[in-house]
Amino acid sequence: MPDLLLELFSEEIPARMQAKAADDLRRMVTDKLVAEGLVYEGAKAFATPRRLALTVHGIPARQSDLKEERRGPRVGGPDAAIQGFLKATGLARIEDAKIQTDPKKGDFYIALIEKPGRATIEVLAEILPVIVRTFPWPKSMRWGERSAKSGSLSWVRPLHSIIATFGPETEEPDVVKFSVDGIEAGQTTFGHRFMAPAAISVRRFEDYEAKLKAAKVVLDPQARKDIILEDAKELAFAQGFELVEDQVLADEVAGLVEWPVALMGSFDKEFLSIPDEVIRATIRNNQKCFVVSDPKTGKLTNKFILTANIEATDGGKTIIAGNERVIRARLSDAKFFYDTDLKTKLEARLPKFDQIVFHEKLGTQAERIKRIERLAAEIAPLVGADVEKARRAAHLAKADLLTEVVGEFPELQGLMGKYYALAQGEDASVAAASEEHYKPQGPADRVPTDPASVAVALADKIDTLVGFWAINEKPTGSKDPYALRRAALGVIRLIVENALRVSILNVAISALGGLLDKRPREAIVDSQKLPSELLSFFADRLKVQLRDQGARHDLVDAVFSLGGQDDLLLVVRRVDALGKFLDTDDGKNLLAGTKRASNILAIEEKKDKRTFDGTPDAGLYNLPEERALASAINQVKSEAGAAVAKEDFASAMSAMAKLRPAVDAFFDKVKVNDDEPKVRENRLKLLNEIRAATRAVADFSKIEG
Amino acid sequence: MDALPAHMRPERSFQGFILALQRFWAEQGCVILQPYDMEMGAGTFHPATTLRALGPKRWNAAYVQPSRRPKDGRYGENPNRMQHYYQFQVIMKPSPSNLQDLYLKSLAAIGIDSSLHDIRFVEDDWESPTLGAWGLGWECWCDGMEVSQFTYFQQVAGVECAPVAGELTYGLERLAMYVQGVDRVYDLNFNGRDGADKVTYGDVFLQAEQEYSRHNFEYADTTMLFEQFKMAEDACKKYLAAGWREGGNQKEHLMALPAYDQCIKASHVFNLLDARGVISVTERQSYIMRVRELAKACGDAWVHTEAGRAV
Repeated sequence: MPDLLLELFSEEIPARMQAKAADDLRRMVTDKLVAEGLVYEGAKAFATPRRLALTVHGIPARQSDLKEERRGPRVGGPDAAIQGFLKATGLARIEDAKIQTDPKKGDFYIALIEKPGRATIEVLAEILPVIVRTFPWPKSMRWGERSAKSGSLSWVRPLHSIIATFGPETEEPDVVKFSVDGIEAGQTTFGHRFMAPAAISVRRFEDYEAKLKAAKVVLDPQARKDIILEDAKELAFAQGFELVEDQVLADEVAGLVEWPVALMGSFDKEFLSIPDEVIRATIRNNQKCFVVSDPKTGKLTNKFILTANIEATDGGKTIIAGNERVIRARLSDAKFFYDTDLKTKLEARLPKFDQIVFHEKLGTQAERIKRIERLAAEIAPLVGADVEKARRAAHLAKADLLTEVVGEFPELQGLMGKYYALAQGEDASVAAASEEHYKPQGPADRVPTDPASVAVALADKIDTLVGFWAINEKPTGSKDPYALRRAALGVIRLIVENALRVSILNVAISALGGLLDKRPREAIVDSQKLPSELLSFFADRLKVQLRDQGARHDLVDAVFSLGGQDDLLLVVRRVDALGKFLDTDDGKNLLAGTKRASNILAIEEKKDKRTFDGTPDAGLYNLPEERALASAINQVKSEAGAAVAKEDFASAMSAMAKLRPAVDAFFDKVKVNDDEPKVRENRLKLLNEIRAATRAVADFSKIEG
Repeated sequence: MDALPAHMRPERSFQGFILALQRFWAEQGCVILQPYDMEMGAGTFHPATTLRALGPKRWNAAYVQPSRRPKDGRYGENPNRMQHYYQFQVIMKPSPSNLQDLYLKSLAAIGIDSSLHDIRFVEDDWESPTLGAWGLGWECWCDGMEVSQFTYFQQVAGVECAPVAGELTYGLERLAMYVQGVDRVYDLNFNGRDGADKVTYGDVFLQAEQEYSRHNFEYADTTMLFEQFKMAEDACKKYLAAGWREGGNQKEHLMALPAYDQCIKASHVFNLLDARGVISVTERQSYIMRVRELAKACGDAWVHTEAGRAV
């Protein structure tokens, strides 16, 4: 079956847009083909800086013929209806229609419409220009003579030529005839901009890819990336070094070249006095080059690897020299920034924060830092941190935002703070907190463990959460501009993974107090409800977190539903124990029994319009199963209560298991709705006691199943 | 080019370098203009770009524009950062389909051989908030160094470009430093001569950098500048209001250019005030907005003039 080759050749497409564009092209063309009844065997799309290409193979040469019967007006119907029917069906005369007999409604006309399938090449000629015109570039532009008129083509950068051929493998394919804004589809493309700029005539994908390769264009971005990484590794290895691998950079560079040529350059060793991260950020962000490390020391060496787009006639000497000059200039800027930064103590930078607004409604950065300091000092004893260290760490943690290096490379925030803190002789924990207090940044990020870092990290995140909650900037749907979900998840992970005992509610109330201290109260929405609302936000985040780890979210509900659960570590432990218990037969049966008790109670409570609280009267028991249940409940209540008090949830659950035989026997032998109202009431009170007893560990009614 | 004397060769002298570019673009049919006689932050502000980019008429021009960025002054102590430097500006409307090729040929004309150097077009979306303008294009890299800006204007002074103009901006000092192989801008050979006859970029501009840095950061009279900003803004609005005429069946404007001069003036005064550090972050935004409003009003006036409107 025939194949389609499509190429859209343009001026340089931004690297970051190429992968998605190739994917969009494949999706749009194949979707349209399928919608036209043309099922294909396979499709693959490619992008280089100057072209998007698509091959779709195994497309039928024609659409299949369609036969359709269309029902028309009744025989002898009004003329207007008949004329309309003829027009809609394309019949010349009504005599061409069939007449179908219907005993109930009378005879009516039927048109047999045969829609012969069209040649695929015609279908392509129709759909391809529409795809080009409606292509979803993130940003597109107009150009040239034609942009004088409205409706001219928009593309990511000027589009120069289009290849569209269609045909079976064994024959000369045909050009799909269409044009977009004056560009006629054909079978011509161009090679590498500098090394092989001449026009190339192609027939189908196989010779297209091969001819491009001969014209110094590697079509497949993955192949370009592999070449870059392999050659770079080899260059480094040959000198006894190691490439610092960087997939993101390799992807970007693969989008900047059609013919990758890796070259190694070097810089003055004196620059190695700059922290490795700063060297890497300088060379990577500004110059799109890789850095190289020395396996003996694990530190960077004074080499870098660039990826050129040409095989230069001098073997790359000029290119290397040029890049070395630029990198030298960049590194001397970076060194100047770093050396300048080192001349100013971190605390000396702080007054500037008075002038910097953190958020219009939440005050300046200086105010925020003071709040974090206070909160960190308060949290310190709860997380085993030295109060003064935590306070000092919070005091300095944001100072590096005002340094030259962080101004230049925002991604180095925190890390530079650590270097500068160490350089001015701060305690190692205090220095580390500059970097660590931003963590964890996401689910995959490491959680800090040093107590001072933990205290500042918690204070920073909780201040953010309380602050934005207070001014009603909560996340909604997919919108979370202040990354509050990430902050809440960070708090959860800090607490749970460090096994910390912190009352979120108390910390939130304290943070709110700090905020109210400085801000006008009217700026804050409902400070009464805030802590509990924030707690339920944490509950939601915890649910998501536990669900991602495979735990059941209903168990989280069952625990939070007990009320007053603001100790996240205990919540997690309770959920964990509950999950294990419910996996046992005892757990499953007790859950079933409890549910049964709850259901009966719910019905009877509704009937009597009252609750059945209160202790049952032992004098009214007249069956051994009642007495047995009552004593089991008492025993379990005290055992489970004692275990919960010791935070030993596993034991609480085992105690709970003892309830099961008594509950089973009770339902087996005892009729709850006894004819004697007093006995019935007493039995209902007993059922209520089951529910009450299980609430020592969780609200069983929230558990599914 | 063989006929050029050695001291005029682009890789020997800064002036030869500029002349080579001018000659190249003259051969492409551009009118070679001289710098605009006002202080401005970039060659784009020249009415030959800002205003001429608007309207349907053909326009191909190239010129050197001295550009002033008061904040970038470093008292002559930084090897390549200055408060005054030269931009070489090319504008072609409509953008020709071979503009990239022309650009590469222009590099060859100043001694940058594309078989030896690694030349790239790296995404860079251009936007000028003060001019109400944006476009898409690239920064052009030569061996890892940004040497030019290449933009297809989509909108200027708040007006859609129809047709689109292509704009090229060359950082002349930086390119010349590369071609001459010097690391410090003040070491550029300006006139291409040797020994006692040699004049360097430093001979011409170092003292000016020192004096203007002092002026821009320390002494520029802010009271006067605040006043000047207001005066320029008022004058711009006044000239714009006065320029409108009902001509036949369409509105006409008769003073777009003088009004636009006041917009350029306001923009430069704002840059000076900014360098003096007397404009707060919030005020800064509002000053930029005020200049943009002037630019947009000038753009609107321009498309109602002889040169700016449809034939």
